[in-house]
Amino acid sequence: MRRVALVIGLAAWLAGPIAGRVAVGAPMEKGAVPEAAPLATSRPPDPANGRRIVVDRRRGFCLLCHSGPFPEERFHGDLAPSLAGAGLRWSEGQIRARLIDSTAINPDTIMPPYFKSEGGYRLGRAFAGKPILNAEEIEDVTAFLATLRD
Amino acid sequence: MGRIVALLIAVLAAASVRAEGVQVPGIAPADRRSGFETMGPDVQAMQRDDFSNPAMLGVAAGEAAWSRAPENGKPACSGCHGDIDAAMRGVDARYPARDAKSGAVLDLPGRIQTCQSVNQGLSPQPRESDGLLALQAAIALRSRGMPIEPPSARGLSDGVQRGEALYRQRFGQLNLACAQCHDANWGRALGGTRIPQGHPTGYPLFRLEWQSIGSLQRRLRNCLTGVRAEPFPSGASEWLDLELFLRERAAGMASDAPGVRP
Repeated sequence: MRRVALVIGLAAWLAGPIAGRVAVGAPMEKGAVPEAAPLATSRPPDPANGRRIVVDRRRGFCLLCHSGPFPEERFHGDLAPSLAGAGLRWSEGQIRARLIDSTAINPDTIMPPYFKSEGGYRLGRAFAGKPILNAEEIEDVTAFLATLRD
Repeated sequence: MGRIVALLIAVLAAASVRAEGVQVPGIAPADRRSGFETMGPDVQAMQRDDFSNPAMLGVAAGEAAWSRAPENGKPACSGCHGDIDAAMRGVDARYPARDAKSGAVLDLPGRIQTCQSVNQGLSPQPRESDGLLALQAAIALRSRGMPIEPPSARGLSDGVQRGEALYRQRFGQLNLACAQCHDANWGRALGGTRIPQGHPTGYPLFRLEWQSIGSLQRRLRNCLTGVRAEPFPSGASEWLDLELFLRERAAGMASDAPGVRP
């Protein structure tokens, strides 16, 4: 009997991610998203630099997928929700958690993990041992996105 | 007890396979669109007119090379195959294919290279060289408008499956799988670019971005460096497996090689 329960439990555990797939793209409840504590940095966060990183096509490249309140930028992607109002929808800790590794929140996400130094499969040599953004940049972008409250 | 352990092992094995690959639904056959169909009308017009399609310069060079015998006294392509129109009709639509003599699975450039070394006693032209791309373009033209045949129908299902696993594998610092863009998000805007479905119907093709004619491998390499991954070496079996899967995925779509793309 205990074996049966074990098998059922295992089946439920395996079904979890499958059920999670159905919800891809569906709005998530604010309470369901974990928070991440501020990263250790050498200086206080700079939201203006965060904005520059967000629109920079080589550093944050956020606008490849997201749109947002950046009227000076010609091309905005539509693969992901608008960044407008991000600071209303999420706490700073939740924004930071999404930036650090969004797959921890949704395993099927297309959002790259911005602060994961172990890299991906067949990581390009030029990127070995480096996260997409460093701790200061993560804090800058977090501080900037938290200001988007319209 | 033994049976339960076996069941657990089977379930865990299934879980580990699933955890590796991105599982998003494929594109229904009726919803498939080639890159030609989804690109802008100006580039479509450039491809439709053979006099403005820059890849046709490669075709002309390839046709000249087809009947030019090497200096070592060995035959030209035409010496064995005869007229390119008749001999190469529908051939590209059936590639990649298994070489009857060696048993190796070859893509079309690999097949031409094998012919050059085995039958013409030449050192084969390198991949991405103008000469090899030209011959490939001249041969591919003879399948224009014909349906791409599924590699599984010629016994290549193993490679198709390996290719699908790669297609679902997340790669590089951006941690993206082919399927996440080309199955789940085609038609959407990635910055200023519409994501195509990624069907290899037109290779070799002239890309305006490259300002040259290039191969499917070159295009796939661009995608891997785009997600900040280390591309496989030129001619690696992974490229062939990916091509086999992509050709299976595009089976029945019309070949439009040699194409033009933005």
